[in-house]
Amino acid sequence: MSDRLAGKVALVTGGTGGIGAGAVKRLAADGAKVIFTGSRKEAAEPLCAETGATFVSHRVEDVAAWEDLSAMIRKDFGRLDIAFANAGIEKGDGSIETIDVDNWNQIIAVNQTGVMLTAQHAVRIMKDNPEGPTGSIIINSSMNALRAMGNYMGYSVTKAAVVAIAKSAANYCGQAGYKIRVNAILPGVVETDLILNIMNSQPDPDAARAMYEGMSPLNRMAKVEEVAALVAFLGSDEAAFISGGEYTIDGASTAGTQGV
Amino acid sequence: MSGGLEGRVAIVTGGLRGIGLAASMQLAAKGAKVWVGDLTPADHAEVAPALEQIGNGAAYIELDVASEQSWIDAVAKVEGEDGRLDVLVNNAGIDGTGRIQDMSLDLWRKVQSVNSDGAFLGVKHSFALMEKSGKDRKGGSSIINVSSVMGFVAFPESAAYCASKGAIRLFTKACAVEFAAYGVPIRTNSVHPGFVQTPLLDAGFERMVKRGVADKAQDLKDQVAASTPVNRLADPEEIAAAIAFLATEDASYMTGSEVVVDGGYLAR
Repeated sequence: MSDRLAGKVALVTGGTGGIGAGAVKRLAADGAKVIFTGSRKEAAEPLCAETGATFVSHRVEDVAAWEDLSAMIRKDFGRLDIAFANAGIEKGDGSIETIDVDNWNQIIAVNQTGVMLTAQHAVRIMKDNPEGPTGSIIINSSMNALRAMGNYMGYSVTKAAVVAIAKSAANYCGQAGYKIRVNAILPGVVETDLILNIMNSQPDPDAARAMYEGMSPLNRMAKVEEVAALVAFLGSDEAAFISGGEYTIDGASTAGTQGV
Repeated sequence: MSGGLEGRVAIVTGGLRGIGLAASMQLAAKGAKVWVGDLTPADHAEVAPALEQIGNGAAYIELDVASEQSWIDAVAKVEGEDGRLDVLVNNAGIDGTGRIQDMSLDLWRKVQSVNSDGAFLGVKHSFALMEKSGKDRKGGSSIINVSSVMGFVAFPESAAYCASKGAIRLFTKACAVEFAAYGVPIRTNSVHPGFVQTPLLDAGFERMVKRGVADKAQDLKDQVAASTPVNRLADPEEIAAAIAFLATEDASYMTGSEVVVDGGYLAR
């Protein structure tokens, strides 16, 4: 695409599929050296071959393993400029009436604590960048931070929480004199393999597709590439004054209703 | 490096200085032909150097954004010369400070007429040409309305400005959902700058100094910087970068979004 991220080192959590994989491709195409994490090695290999990115098998909620990952980034790459806290789950989610507390705790561990740990370790590495504390942390929230879903309470709650993580960290970094920016993005429904699989497993896949597409006034889902483009913009120096922001990328899903 | 706006045509209101000039330069750098619309007469000494600075064949239209006829003439001129319009940046704005109980209705209306009516009229009269131009382009045409952090939060003695910037924020969403509902290929987003080093800011601070609010304008700038998490004012180029991003295909799923560029001001 371009060389606007040349010389930068980027970390993407949950990078083996969906928006994460899209971000790995786009950040690499824009010139960044990319490290991505996840647990699906077989999905990671072709992505590494395609983009030259480095895969590390790592779960964001694994506190101890963050030390190893951080040490590897420092040793092998010598710096960190972009961190995309993307890893998230919705497995076992439920409503206020049905959710199992173990599942609730696991969703919080990955979606909320995992994002905090990602941002925390990113700040610690970025702080030691050779030219001083610099960098851009992008947190993948969701439009459901603004519009909670009844049947996905854990997901909705954690996606709202990570917006506050972005704002708190942005404030802290500014006050500390770090040129480290932290922002949240709030995608609408994105046409990922996960969504496609859910759609195709329904009795009427076409109806399921129409339902997902209809959530946006644009009447379509976002492409993975469209979300990745926003991540690349926020990661670039063009976004140097953007911090503490929450960016919807939802085809006007949360801008209002379409009327009758 | 491909800029992504080759062959595209843009109008930027208030494009002679500040954020508008910076946005014009970045759109031109990405390949767009930019029409700068501003109140200044076309033969004024300020115009030609600005167009040269913007480059890529930039042109000028005398435009009073508060005048419906002025918009009709401007869009007709763009259509006549270039036959298309892909990007509209409704950036022209004025402030108008003072306490509410002392504010004349004329001043209130003047601020609304430029900041709020101006955006409405721009969208209204650019609509047909932008709809046509957006059909052959991924992500469609793109309207960027420049609001402010003061479209979210208020300041004392800025009632007219805050009201007008809040109006732009919701007008933008109204455009986004309406165009999407009717399948119109025009995206609409608002940009919300924090405090930016512009002539408008300088003029406003000078007036505050005259009213005895502070000893000198620099003190006010220092205060504003201190209340911004990144501890500085923005350069116009940093706002322009967000505007240029929204104009490109990279933002093809973004419509109805509030793009805040404020150094963390609203996150406090």
